[in-house]
Amino acid sequence: MTATLRVGILVFPGSNCDRDCHYAVTQVMGGRADFVWHKEPTLPQVDAVIIPGGFSYGDYLRTGAIARFSPVMAAVTRFAQAGGLVLGICNGFQILLEAGLLPGAMLRNRSLSFLCKDIHVRVENTATPFTSRCKPSQVLTLPIAHGEGNYYADQATLTRLKARNQVIFRYCTEDGKVTPEANPNGSLDNIAGIVNDTGNVLGVMPHPERCADALLGNEDGRLILLSLLDAIKRGRYSPKPVLAS
Amino acid sequence: MKAKVSVTLKRGILDPQGQAVLHALSSLGYSGVKDVRVGKLIELELATHDRAGAEAEVKAMCERLLANTIIEEYRIELME
Repeated sequence: MTATLRVGILVFPGSNCDRDCHYAVTQVMGGRADFVWHKEPTLPQVDAVIIPGGFSYGDYLRTGAIARFSPVMAAVTRFAQAGGLVLGICNGFQILLEAGLLPGAMLRNRSLSFLCKDIHVRVENTATPFTSRCKPSQVLTLPIAHGEGNYYADQATLTRLKARNQVIFRYCTEDGKVTPEANPNGSLDNIAGIVNDTGNVLGVMPHPERCADALLGNEDGRLILLSLLDAIKRGRYSPKPVLAS
Repeated sequence: MKAKVSVTLKRGILDPQGQAVLHALSSLGYSGVKDVRVGKLIELELATHDRAGAEAEVKAMCERLLANTIIEEYRIELME
């Protein structure tokens, strides 16, 4: 009998995907989900942390800019630096960028529109705790819902991300071609998701938790959640540079 | 003492809001506008009267919170 896996789900004022993530952890991953209020200075004993989507602090100043100074983020930073698994989705990705746990920043969507639709992403690296169940170059259909998903990094950072295979998802056409037309928001190099240089922190703009149940008509998000489940089961993920796939 | 902090996207980073305003101005007939950058203005009321101290503190605020220096640049203006 193995111990139940436990996932901490951060809750900021303005988070709105926290309950979807709770459902994904308990119903899809079969684990226990603990909401962690942003004022908590420490994390409970968890195997992974999810920073859910939403509009923390009303997106005031910049998306994620104020949330990153919440007490819980200091605990998440320690957890991540010790090799803990952290998944930031949408606003969670924006918070990870502002917190410096992932490199780069988010700009307004090129169109200035809030985009809420299904898009396609190509899995660029399957040797991560978040994509091990995917096939190389597999195309996933996932929903996006954001106004600021236009990823930006300077040239040196982009070069480093690419050299270390830290770009995990790229916006693509239905048949897997990474083209400017398939880029919904103007994101640099069609980037939809990246990991940190030790591979244990993923930021992703599309929402895997919103497409992980047959009832919703799309289960592609399960691959990401179940990869995370596998990584937890394999034992604590030991930080190491992301390997070339 | 008051501080005005203006934050804009760095030169070289596409400012879609600025572009939208530029196009709107041009459709209104203002064809002489070459570029538009839209930014934020943050006004601070400071308790101090020490100009040098205030400048250093506001700069620290910009670096830590008010601007994201990966994508933005800031200008500080101090007044009594």
